[in-house]
Amino acid sequence: MLWNLPFITVVVLTFIGLVTVLLKRNIIKILLGINILESAVNLFLVSLGYREGGVAPIFTLAPSELMVLPTPQALTLTSIVIGVATSALVLSFAMVLKKKYGTVDINEIRRLEG
Amino acid sequence: MKKTVVLMGSLLIICAFLGVAALNLTFGVPKITDMDDYFLRFGQEQTGTNNQCTSVTFDFRGFDTLGESTVLFCAVIGVALMFRKMQEGEEHEDE
Amino acid sequence: MRMSKLVRTGADFLYPAVLIFGLYIVAHGHLTPGGGFQGGAVIATGAALVIVAYSYTEVRQWLSGKVLMGQEVIGLMGFIGVALLAFAFGQVFFFNYLNASGSLFGIPVPYGINAGELNTGGFVPLMNFAVGIEVWGGLTLVILYMLSGIRKEVS
Repeated sequence: MLWNLPFITVVVLTFIGLVTVLLKRNIIKILLGINILESAVNLFLVSLGYREGGVAPIFTLAPSELMVLPTPQALTLTSIVIGVATSALVLSFAMVLKKKYGTVDINEIRRLEG
Repeated sequence: MKKTVVLMGSLLIICAFLGVAALNLTFGVPKITDMDDYFLRFGQEQTGTNNQCTSVTFDFRGFDTLGESTVLFCAVIGVALMFRKMQEGEEHEDE
Repeated sequence: MRMSKLVRTGADFLYPAVLIFGLYIVAHGHLTPGGGFQGGAVIATGAALVIVAYSYTEVRQWLSGKVLMGQEVIGLMGFIGVALLAFAFGQVFFFNYLNASGSLFGIPVPYGINAGELNTGGFVPLMNFAVGIEVWGGLTLVILYMLSGIRKEVS
């Protein structure tokens, strides 16, 4: 089991992120759970492309010619930027909701009318 | 309290399925490497860069980077819209 | 209540260093690890350093929202424009028309480990600059808008 340690870490992080999104009532804590889920998916993508004994896929003064796969790293970059965009929008929603309703508890916001 | 225990139990069962699937993967020996072998062998001649991650991001898969720039632009416009609404809300309350 | 003279002087010395480091990461994106997105995020961190050292009302007089929004639009339009120029050379969308030609970034690179030269790369350095300017403008604008929504506490 120790040779698969990155994939076991992905499963543990997914569990922690799902528990936080489903069981907490504060919007900021739910946002932190979404960030933990995004980190788990990025780790999974990067660790799919590892080759045993490989170096970074850059030809400037490289130590050897056995290199890691470059495509998952390019797609993980896109995923990180989309996580930043999601976090910025949810935080601005939280600021506007606090100004309108006076609380960030999602059960209270659901019950108030107009 | 009972709802919390039921929810965590079902999440544990789902993550146990994921864990069994994770134990069957091989770490360090990727199974399908045809596309990346082509990128590593011919990327330096066809794009002229030394950094293969940048050549994949900006030249071989440039459409994904175009979509990502548009998503970042739309997110900044969304944040600007939220705070414009908030400042206009204050002005209307004063009148 | 202002920050002390030590903090403000330190930020004055550090901000040009952070700016030059971020532009170095953007410009050498085709030779070393880095690129457009990473360098733009580093430059936006420099703007956050200045906002912490001086207060928000002072920084708002130096940086204006319209210039930053214009910077972001120029970045995205530059990215699409560099890709659309391939139609003028008779090729498809996104074709690398500057690689191995005699002009701007066009020295050909053979296969193998070499020491890296700045003049190579085709249109990849131009796209790195466009994306770096877009991310710089966008992230600084998000920081300034979120700080404008904070009301002063009534004591």
